[in-house]
Amino acid sequence: MVELESITKVYKAGRTEVPALRGISCRIKPGEMVAIMGPSGSGKSTLMNIIGCLDKATSGQYRLDGIEVSKLSDNKLAEIRNKKIGFVFQSFNLLPRTTALANVELPLIYSGSGNRSQRALQALESVGLAHRIKHRPSELAGGEQQRVAIARALVNDPALILADEPTGNLDTTTSKELMLLFKQLNQRGITIVLVTHEPYIAAYTQRTIRIRDGQIEVSG
Amino acid sequence: MKIWVCFATALKTLLSHKMRSILTMLGILIGVAAVISMVSLVRAEQAMVQQSFESLGTNLIFVTPGAPSGRMGMGGVLGTTQTLTLEDAEAIARDAPSVSMVAPMTQTTTQIVAGGENVGCLTLGVTPEYQHVRNFEVDQGSFITEQDYKGRARVIVLGNQLAETLFGQISPVGQSVRINGRQFRVIGVLKGKGEVFGVEDQSAMVPLSTAQAVISSERAGSGGHTVQSISVQARSKEAIDTAHWEISNILRQRHRIIEGEDDDFTVMSMDALLGTADQMYVIGELIMGAIAGISLLVGGIGIMNIMLVSVTERTREIGLRKAVGAKRRDITTQFLTEATVLSFCGGAMGVGLGWLIVRVSANALANMGLPFPAIVPSDVIALAVGVAILVGLVSGIYPAIRAARLDPIEALRHE
Repeated sequence: MVELESITKVYKAGRTEVPALRGISCRIKPGEMVAIMGPSGSGKSTLMNIIGCLDKATSGQYRLDGIEVSKLSDNKLAEIRNKKIGFVFQSFNLLPRTTALANVELPLIYSGSGNRSQRALQALESVGLAHRIKHRPSELAGGEQQRVAIARALVNDPALILADEPTGNLDTTTSKELMLLFKQLNQRGITIVLVTHEPYIAAYTQRTIRIRDGQIEVSG
Repeated sequence: MKIWVCFATALKTLLSHKMRSILTMLGILIGVAAVISMVSLVRAEQAMVQQSFESLGTNLIFVTPGAPSGRMGMGGVLGTTQTLTLEDAEAIARDAPSVSMVAPMTQTTTQIVAGGENVGCLTLGVTPEYQHVRNFEVDQGSFITEQDYKGRARVIVLGNQLAETLFGQISPVGQSVRINGRQFRVIGVLKGKGEVFGVEDQSAMVPLSTAQAVISSERAGSGGHTVQSISVQARSKEAIDTAHWEISNILRQRHRIIEGEDDDFTVMSMDALLGTADQMYVIGELIMGAIAGISLLVGGIGIMNIMLVSVTERTREIGLRKAVGAKRRDITTQFLTEATVLSFCGGAMGVGLGWLIVRVSANALANMGLPFPAIVPSDVIALAVGVAILVGLVSGIYPAIRAARLDPIEALRHE
């Protein structure tokens, strides 16, 4: 599903060049559920951005679902993000003043799909929130908000879900419930990559990739 | 992204900041209302003045005593110099082929007494032609006839307002009035001409011969009977210029004015006067347009300002939209649509307000006795709304491009 080969990423801060990733190669197979761990500044966010097609690697090759994406244009990348990837963020990133249903519909607007509300409703049902569709984010609990975000990530039937510390803003009980949801989705065949600090969260996954100083320390 | 989805999204966003949206629209609203009301009022007045000019007479040329004073002037105040005579008028009628009718006129300020009423007014001495040259319509009775003129009959025709002042509800025709102690029989009442050129509504008319015999009998230096003006009707619109030239020639000859010397009379065609007035209205419309344009510009700056604030405020939203698949074009479209919807709504409300202003002004003027055609021309509406939409588009471009250029990673991290 995800094939990275000698990926490097260098940020330019004025004249100095800061290497964030120094040659990362790894594979994530379809249907896997993988955790990425590492101290802050290790480059795991950069790696997530590259896997999520939000950022381009400075060098190296990246194949997503068999497509070589490292050379694609911004518009093509937007399409890939829309069709193949679902994002879940630590801070949910739901649109305020917008209902749960409309939030979930958002990716469908950009893919130009028909019967949006029906598909959004199905996605919300699959995360167990069918009864909350008309609520706004501010009227929902943290765990519920993150479920809406997961429904939004699911709605376009992506090959890959990327979750950046999805439980970072949630208490332990809610976090565990959410990880069970991720596991269910994974059992339905969706590949899941998540970044976390918490070993007990990483324990829900099949394997952990540890990153330190822009390189893979342990994979497996 | 489909267009109607864009509109729905834009409307939802604008509705979620009602106060801000309304204040932003206000700039455009005022601008458009200004365009609509100003242009409509200027046009209505123009139409009214044009109508008044037409009511003065068709293909009318005015000859007045005294040298022309400036381009717009009517040659000094009527009656201050006495260089025109009845014989001049007869000569014009006889010798100017492009002229169809000539109507000399004298005027005197008189006291008219009828029953208990004593009213000061202008009494005009006129010939039967005066009615046709100056487009008078008789409301009751009849106008002065050839027989009245030849026989110096003591008959009088009253302007409609004068008739009302003198006789109230009683029908004036057949009644008698006294001027300078002499009795006149009322034979007719004129229809009103309205406000702008309605001096005659408050005047009386007697045969020119009678006026010269019993009211005033001043004589010109040449020995002829003086008149205060000569109204001339040209044979056609095309003949106005030729007639103008013929009249000047005849009068210069009769007054023995040699080459290089100034005329002692003024010939003025209503057409030329109307042309000057039209020019003034064009200038007026341009000035109004410029003022309205400036207020629209200010409105546009307001929209741009708010859109920039909105882009900053919604940085995370933009980042998220990009993350879930929005292309640059989608983001640009979204913000452009918002700016345009803002300006369009402002424009639409501006049309409403402008229309209201026109109606209220027209009503106020009507109450003051000035009937005013309160029409908002559709071409003005189209222009104003079009310009408003354009202003929205133009002022939305920069914020929209800024939004579209945001890096999704940075945008998502934005606090």
